[in-house]
Amino acid sequence: MTINTLAKGAWHREQMASFRKKVIVAMQDPDMGVKMRNQRLLITVIPHAMTGRDIIDWLIQKYNICEEEALHVGAMLVRYGYVYPLKEPRSLVLRPDESPYRFQVSQPPLHPPGSVFILPAPIYLAKKNIRKQGELMEYEKERYSVLHKRINHTWDFVVMQAREQLRASKQRRKADRIVLECQEQAYWLINRPPPGAHNVLDMGLERINNSSRVTLVSDITFLYFLFYSLLFIPFVKYSEQYLNHDPIMQGCLPSNPWISDDTAHWTMNAEVVPSPTRLRVERWSFSFMELLNDSMGRREFMTYLEKEFSAENLCFWQACEDVRHGENSRIIEKVEDIYKNFLAPGAARWVNIDSKTMDKTLHGIRHPHRFVMDDAQMHIYFLMKKDSYPRYLKSDLYKNMLAKAVVPQETKKSVFPFMRRQRHARGRASRYQLCSWFPSLMPGPKTCQSQSPESPLYLLVTIATTQGVAFSLQSYCLCESQSFSFTAARLPELGFQR
Amino acid sequence: MACQGLQSGETLASLKKESDSLKKKLEEERGKLNDIELHQVAEKVEMLGALSIKTKRLLKGHGNKVLCMDWCKDKRRLVSSSQDGKVIVWDAFTLNKEHGVTLPCTWVMACAYAPSGCAVACGGLDNKCSVFPLSLDKNENLSAKKKAVAMHTNYVSGCTFTNSDMQLLTSSGDGTCALWDVESGQLLQSFHGHTADVLSLDLAPSETGNTFVSGGSDKKANVWDMRSGQNIQSFESHESDINCVKYYPSGDAFASASDDSTCRFYDLRADREVAVYQKDSVIFGASTVDFSLSGRLLFAGYNDYTINVWDVLKGTRVSVLFGHENRVSRVRVSPDGTALCSASWDNTLRIWA
Repeated sequence: MTINTLAKGAWHREQMASFRKKVIVAMQDPDMGVKMRNQRLLITVIPHAMTGRDIIDWLIQKYNICEEEALHVGAMLVRYGYVYPLKEPRSLVLRPDESPYRFQVSQPPLHPPGSVFILPAPIYLAKKNIRKQGELMEYEKERYSVLHKRINHTWDFVVMQAREQLRASKQRRKADRIVLECQEQAYWLINRPPPGAHNVLDMGLERINNSSRVTLVSDITFLYFLFYSLLFIPFVKYSEQYLNHDPIMQGCLPSNPWISDDTAHWTMNAEVVPSPTRLRVERWSFSFMELLNDSMGRREFMTYLEKEFSAENLCFWQACEDVRHGENSRIIEKVEDIYKNFLAPGAARWVNIDSKTMDKTLHGIRHPHRFVMDDAQMHIYFLMKKDSYPRYLKSDLYKNMLAKAVVPQETKKSVFPFMRRQRHARGRASRYQLCSWFPSLMPGPKTCQSQSPESPLYLLVTIATTQGVAFSLQSYCLCESQSFSFTAARLPELGFQR
Repeated sequence: MACQGLQSGETLASLKKESDSLKKKLEEERGKLNDIELHQVAEKVEMLGALSIKTKRLLKGHGNKVLCMDWCKDKRRLVSSSQDGKVIVWDAFTLNKEHGVTLPCTWVMACAYAPSGCAVACGGLDNKCSVFPLSLDKNENLSAKKKAVAMHTNYVSGCTFTNSDMQLLTSSGDGTCALWDVESGQLLQSFHGHTADVLSLDLAPSETGNTFVSGGSDKKANVWDMRSGQNIQSFESHESDINCVKYYPSGDAFASASDDSTCRFYDLRADREVAVYQKDSVIFGASTVDFSLSGRLLFAGYNDYTINVWDVLKGTRVSVLFGHENRVSRVRVSPDGTALCSASWDNTLRIWA
């Protein structure tokens, strides 16, 4: 058993974690730290100690947190051994009262100077055994005898060391003795926890952190440098758009099943329902992906496409998805089916793909693999997205669906997380609000009167309302108050023109 | 790009130097475009009111640390795995344990529910990831139907099904991620690039469904193309191991949780970190993150037994959830966003709403 068994790997890393050290150092600061003074422990006066209450108050004041959190942080500091109690040292808890505490020192304070520092654990137990004249706790007795058997050959040395340390400690002042005993006790409670007790040393699996290998930064073939602030709009917009759909934030109708124990919400939103909810139908208009992800939405869209005589597009897309995500063994057969049904000249449900993609796909089919239909699938996907999808949203089919969609009644006046009632607020990022987000970009007075397609304002509105990010460089140059450079190589959907 | 052998004239030191200078150059270029921080834009966004989230269900039944959990698409069932090798499928709403399997290994760190709801995958210290079909017959011995799909050379830290039951994506302590065909157990693609244990992965919710992100002990978060196996983007700004990565619901960004006690938000199109979620009083490592349905809230589980709720746009902390009595190993928001499930080393799972 070496010294290092105690301070190895993950535990050592945890202890030395700089952000935690910062807190301890701040606590120990002579001016701004926790007040240290003489604390009374029964009849002894312990110098340079702090009370539990002082620690809590200091945490509250320094980090601007509430009492509950301060109690929690303080409890963790004691549990992990940064601070130890002088009263009832067997119990590593933080009492928010006059109980005295001290900071743990970084090494086990076991050996008098000059002694050989080995075998700290058995020495500690031996000392205790002598001091308490054999009256150890049950688990300590067991460990003592196990250790005795294991290192029987050095046991004389252990007992000798223990006696030495006890003799040395007798010569100390009572206050120092108490402090050292508590220090030791806390240290061993953490490093050799009693059976069944919480083991804070448990760090989980060891991670083989191999930092000696070097891999060069891989080929950066796509570098997206776009005008930075514009990219934040999508996150703000997305969150606002989905706000009403987020039950944790806005609650859900008729009620959140987990809170009310009523599963009506799930029943109403099951995969197949005669009448879907309004929120659900609204969501189909957020993006093409939302529509396709909902099996009911997909069915509705298929009905619409059938009316337009372009249903083969969706069928084709679905068949390609099946190839991509299906079993390896059935790829060849599925690809053959797709060819027969959708791509062969005169096929029953022939899909309209541009000739270049068609050639490439047909060539690839000769040696079918999982991704052979990707290009064709993507082509049809974007075709539906740009053409059929927007028209579907404007169609009577969709509008009727929306009109007769159900808005469930709130079951009871339960408290929702947020007391806001703007359930049907549309995306509020109007042109005017956008304007205020970018004051520095507007050359001149901050009004939003300009209607010219060349103006930066119009440009911004375009960006915010479409799904991708696109802008024409020429228009942007009109905005003189900001300069930027970018080497955008690829943008999600809309083109970027120089 | 995998680890290559040294060319003549190169030493480990010179390669490292070149790698460092390349990284520095990248950072410089990125830094030039740092205009307004995300939260400044968000100043125009409304403040969140006080959140009231409480424990609504307490799932007791594991005899040891619960290491991982995953929701079923039906929004109420979930699968959880623990240190003693037990994998349990629950109906969290009724607290009913529906299936239980005991794996012959300990530390089952990864588990996932299949999209169809008919199978679960789990793996850990056995270096494998196995798939179990869930049978309706309670008497059937599920262990007998186990199929070992993934084989790594070190522990399996994370697994997820892709869009179907037929493919499995895994991450491992051997530093790689891999894509497997479930039916045959064949390795479809492997992803090399991490220089230490890979601890977590997440599939992108994109239209093309081709990418995923992984985080590891080398402090890096890497984005991969599933088709080619290429590492298309890499982020290194954490100061310690990245324990968990999770995509923002739109797929344009992701969040990470690290031992350095911070969580960070990375924008994929700007190719950089755009927000750091940290507080002086939060001094323990973060082990897991997940977004609320709208992406406005970020739930993060920590090693100090708490769950902190962050406002993604404003960068501030909205709430702290107390309750667990040991580390929080995993948090996951349910598929319809109605609840949050947390798994912990205190042997329990909690459902919050």
